[in-house]
Amino acid sequence: MATKENGLPGWDPASVKEEMLRQYPPKVARKRAKQMVINQPRPDGSPEIMANVRTIPGIITMRGCTYAGCKGVIMGPTRDIVNITHGPIGCGFYSWLTRRNQTDASAPGAENYMTYSFSTDMQDKDIIFGGEKKLEQAISEAYDLFHPKAIAVFATCPVGLIGDDIHAVAARMKKQFGDCNVFAFSCEGYKGVSQSAGHHIANNQVFRHVVGNNDESKPGKFKISLLGEYNIGGDGFEIDRVLNKCGITNLATFSGNSTYDQFASAHTSDLNCVMCHRSINYVADMLETKFGVPWIKVNFIGAGATAKSLRKIAQYFDDPELTARVEEVIAEEMPAVRAALTEVKPRTQDKTAMLFVGGSRAHHYQELFKEMGMKTISAGYEFAHRDDYEGRQVIPNLTVDADSRNIEELEVEPDPQRYRARKAPEKIGELAQSGLPMKDYEGLIPDMEPGSMIIDDLNQYEAEKLVELVKPDIFCAGIKEKFSVQKMGIPLKQLHSYDSGGPYAGFKGAVNFYHEIDRLVNSKVWGYLKAPWQENPELSATYVWE
Amino acid sequence: MLLRHTPKEIGERGALTINPAKTCQPIGAMYAALGIHGCLPHSHGSQGCCAYHRSTLTRHYKEPISAATSSFTEGSSVFGGQANLLQAIETIFTVYDPEVIAVHTTCLSETIGDDLPQIIDKADKAGKIPPGRRVIYANTPSYVGSHVTGFSNMVKGMAATARKSGQKNGKVNVIPGWVEPADMEEIKRLAALLGVEIILFPDTSGVLNGPLDGQFQMYPPGGVTMDELKSTGDSTGTLALGEWCSAEAARLLDTSCKVPCRVLEMPYGLKATDRFVDALRTIAGVSVGDEINHERGQLVDMISDMHQYFYHKQVAMAGDPDQLIALCEFLVSIDMWPRHVVTGTPGRAFEERIRQITAGLPYQVNVKAGAGADLFLFHQWIKNDPVDLLLGNTYLKYIARDEDIPLLRFGFPILDRVGHQYFPSVGYKGGLRLLEKILGALLDRKDRDDPEQSFELVM
Ligand code: SF4
Ligand code: SF4
Repeated sequence: MATKENGLPGWDPASVKEEMLRQYPPKVARKRAKQMVINQPRPDGSPEIMANVRTIPGIITMRGCTYAGCKGVIMGPTRDIVNITHGPIGCGFYSWLTRRNQTDASAPGAENYMTYSFSTDMQDKDIIFGGEKKLEQAISEAYDLFHPKAIAVFATCPVGLIGDDIHAVAARMKKQFGDCNVFAFSCEGYKGVSQSAGHHIANNQVFRHVVGNNDESKPGKFKISLLGEYNIGGDGFEIDRVLNKCGITNLATFSGNSTYDQFASAHTSDLNCVMCHRSINYVADMLETKFGVPWIKVNFIGAGATAKSLRKIAQYFDDPELTARVEEVIAEEMPAVRAALTEVKPRTQDKTAMLFVGGSRAHHYQELFKEMGMKTISAGYEFAHRDDYEGRQVIPNLTVDADSRNIEELEVEPDPQRYRARKAPEKIGELAQSGLPMKDYEGLIPDMEPGSMIIDDLNQYEAEKLVELVKPDIFCAGIKEKFSVQKMGIPLKQLHSYDSGGPYAGFKGAVNFYHEIDRLVNSKVWGYLKAPWQENPELSATYVWE
Repeated sequence: MLLRHTPKEIGERGALTINPAKTCQPIGAMYAALGIHGCLPHSHGSQGCCAYHRSTLTRHYKEPISAATSSFTEGSSVFGGQANLLQAIETIFTVYDPEVIAVHTTCLSETIGDDLPQIIDKADKAGKIPPGRRVIYANTPSYVGSHVTGFSNMVKGMAATARKSGQKNGKVNVIPGWVEPADMEEIKRLAALLGVEIILFPDTSGVLNGPLDGQFQMYPPGGVTMDELKSTGDSTGTLALGEWCSAEAARLLDTSCKVPCRVLEMPYGLKATDRFVDALRTIAGVSVGDEINHERGQLVDMISDMHQYFYHKQVAMAGDPDQLIALCEFLVSIDMWPRHVVTGTPGRAFEERIRQITAGLPYQVNVKAGAGADLFLFHQWIKNDPVDLLLGNTYLKYIARDEDIPLLRFGFPILDRVGHQYFPSVGYKGGLRLLEKILGALLDRKDRDDPEQSFELVM
């Protein structure tokens, strides 16, 4: 595709949008039109986009369900909780080891249940007569077999309908065991409109039942927790490596390579760093309200972004030694990053990317593409909300519809004993003055170029149209989209599970990503799609054997 | 250790399933529906099930899997999913333009009790189904049976579209069961070699093993057509491969269209393939030509050439009933010894048949189907009585690594290797491939473990 100097390639987003909507029934087209926005900076901020709304029945959507967001995403990566799916077998089966969130359970005696799938495997008689008895027995059996610290129960769709009171069962069992925390999640798949509701339900319950249970803190001078980092492909390992090197102690990662005790003592951190704003910003808010821990938005995707995030943390702690150490680390790590860029950039410069994934990665990964000289011409989230697109200033204006109303908002108050404001309000004000505002996120749209297109909840039909009409050099989405896009001769990088690669976070991750994208966009295979006789079908002259 | 919490001692478990050896009905229905030409499978429920089923099938086939969903919200779960399905049917025909939509239910819509035929009828009356297009369906509640049941239910839904015109078409219906696209191709090849015209349904060959050529075809060229399905009512007879996967559909054709049927075991290995070829030639009244005899002879040849390496090697296998029965017979026929056999799919007949096949062995095999038959128990059995080879889906690799036992990947899902899309395991040729893979696994292990002084060049 031809590229204009200093800008996006010559494309006409308005006609692409029109083409994408053309085939839809009028009602569908009207709704989808509001979820597609051409980026034109306005004096009053970002253009408005419709997000976090229902997917139209019949549309081949990228989205999953609340259970997937709750059990799969948030609770999945914690190794020492026994996660029991209460429902028929499928839900528990599909969420078994399929997310590539790595864990390090190599310490002697460490527990690791992530390789297991636990289910009550409900049968028709349980659906008819109720499944509470079976659930109770299943929890008992899990306790007898493993004696874990905690057992979590996840409701799937039919459970809500037949009215099993999973919370009562959990409370009863917790009391009976005495030494095992049992709690439940009403994360039936029909709640909300996407995985996002499941993140919320999961986080609320972790906050309610686990956070704050253990006041013992790990030693460390600069203590943070990392929120919204799931250790896919080992991202969390790389971030921890960098943090350790800087002398920053990461007490708890919500939730990657995580353990029950990390969550239980997370309130002893002095700063919360939010990676994925969508899945967890409300937990950061609650930790602040209840325990006085402020939060900042960070991003460890991209070498530049990593350096920036480390500097933000140093700025917050305001300690000369830490500041110096952070600069040293950045100086040590960057040469390898620059060397990799020098190598790949001649092959990636000015190539174009599209990113449709998740609730933060479609934003974060643009950093890496920028570093490689690539342009993001279109992007959007699968399950994010307006604030993730337009910035947190829109939060007060968000409308609560029927689908968000059924997701509980916890009422949190300062903990009478344990609330401790980590920084005086004046100090927080000063930090904001000097360029480090707390709880601030500007969203994806302001970071994208004018003339780019932002599309919420992109579906298979629209993806196909985009690829066909615009032919980006790389398309980023998930496993369900991977092969339909690749059949058209355009490489697809999975940004949920990373295909087989990673880590892509931090400095080493950035280098990995540069090489991975170089491999994909420059792979020889895209030149093999046509056989010689398909490229030149005419027999120009009768071939004569010599 | 990856499965460090699995104890050797086997205790009573009545309610907790750990590491299932089955999954849920709709994914089977979705797979079967993909074997219809021009078909878009549709999951009537919340969107999570559909996302899970598509993802798993995609990972198994490394191919695009298109399927739509009714995207239930809380409202639909209270008031029923009729409005969602009506809207879905309209959206699908306008946007995706399939020839047929194959609707299956999920636990949610089943628990609600949505009446599919009534809703589809309503859609039809409201003009939401364009002329010449079809909506077929299957009820697939996952709190009954397993993914195999769902497959069978959708195949039955396909058979329900058969019509008897009164004029025989001279063909034989073959219902292959849940086998791979390459297996379906192989069954068609064998029938063609025999000179028998068949209607194979479902038929995922040409759908889920497509080429990379610069085009995305939402409806690839493969699959049984709706016309062919209709004409199965005029066939000479039906061969159903696998009691669990295929028998119901065959029996339906028998009662609804008076097409006589025979239920055979799936043609994995020598004897089951012999029975399949024999049945096909008998129904069609043809004789078996030299090509097939030649292929059969090659399989017998490999069994004899390498018999010493198979002899009395013990195998633990997990998977689906029809496949396990046939494979078990194949293993016993080459003097390998099945030791532990598990399927999460219920069925008493399974345990009986496995016992019958293994009756001549010097021990009682451990066999279990349905409730309580999971990979946790399977692993415990292996800890108590170790084996030489594991056979089953990708989830077994955790056991394989912990117990240091070679694994032959077979069944569903295979998430970490390729080949099942392209190379058949059924028929004589498929038998050769299975033996090649078994030998590869056993001999690689031998080469790794043999002491230097007895390390062999020639094997
Ligand atoms: S709810 Fe039922 S149909 Fe859906 S994934 Fe779970 S078991 Fe399968
Ligand atoms: S049944 Fe419900 S919880 Fe389970 S996968 Fe489907 S939508 Fe999700």
